[in-house]
Amino acid sequence: MGSATPVDDETALIAQLRKGDEAAFERVVRQYGGRLLAVARRIVGTEEDARDVVQDAFLNAFKSLDRFEGNAKLSTWLHRIAVNAALMKLRTRKRKPEQSIDTLLPGFQDDGHFEERFQSWEEPVDKALEREENRELVRQQIDALPDSYRTVLVLRDIEGLDTEETAKMLGLSVNATKIRLHRARQALRTMLAPHFGSARA
Amino acid sequence: MKCRELAEFLFDYVSGDLAVERREHFEFHLSKCGNCHEYLVQYQMTIKAGKIACGDLSDELPKNIPEDLVKAVLAARKI
Repeated sequence: MGSATPVDDETALIAQLRKGDEAAFERVVRQYGGRLLAVARRIVGTEEDARDVVQDAFLNAFKSLDRFEGNAKLSTWLHRIAVNAALMKLRTRKRKPEQSIDTLLPGFQDDGHFEERFQSWEEPVDKALEREENRELVRQQIDALPDSYRTVLVLRDIEGLDTEETAKMLGLSVNATKIRLHRARQALRTMLAPHFGSARA
Repeated sequence: MKCRELAEFLFDYVSGDLAVERREHFEFHLSKCGNCHEYLVQYQMTIKAGKIACGDLSDELPKNIPEDLVKAVLAARKI
C-alpha cells in the first residue's frame, strides 16, 4: 500500500472509485469481500445465499458511492450495507415456520428456584476456544438458532451493533430486541452446556 | 429476589442498566445462591464464545474472497 497513511489511502481509493477506476473496484472487493462474506454467511446461514448477499452489497455500495460520507470508514459503511442486504435476503426467502426455543430456556420450580442444577464448565471459554474444533462447534450452535434469534444475537453480540441500531435494522422496538436477545443468549447457553460442561454426554 | 427474577434481570445486569437498589438485591441473591452465580458465569461465557468463534481472528474468515465471486461481482457491476 505504499507509504500513504490508511486515511489518505482510503480517501484516494474513494476518489478512484468515484471516477469508475476498474482496478479500484477490484481492490475493494478483494480487500473487504472475505469479511462481508463471513457476516453474510452468519446471518443467512447458507453459502449460496451469502454469495448473493455479497454481490448485492457491493453493487449497492458501488451505486451509492456519492452517499458515502468522508468521515465514515469504508469498511464500516460496506459492512452496514452487507448486513442490510443479508437481512433483506432473509425476509424475501421462503421460510419454514420457526421452531420455538422455549425448551431451551431455563425452567423454574414453583418456589422460583431454577429447575436445573448448573454444572460448571470445564475451562474458561477463552481457553476452550483456543481450539478450532470448539470455535466451529460454537458457530454451528449459533447457526442452529431460529432466524429471528440468530439475527439479533449476530447483530448485537457478534457484529457489535448497539441495541438501538439492532432494533432499527430488525424493525423491532428496543424492548422487544432486548427480550429476544436475552432469550437467544439463554438458548445458546443451553446448547453449549453439554459440550462445555463437566458432565459430557 | 428469587432465581426466576434474577434470570429476568440478568440482561440488564450484564448491560450495566440495573437501577442501584435492584442491583443490590441482585448481587445479594448472587452472593447466597451458587446456582445463580454459575448461571451468570455461563451466560457471560456464552456471549464471549460467540464473539471469539465468529470474530476476526476466527479461521473461518476467508482471508480472500473466492476468486469466482470476485469475478462475478466485477462482471455484475458492468451490466
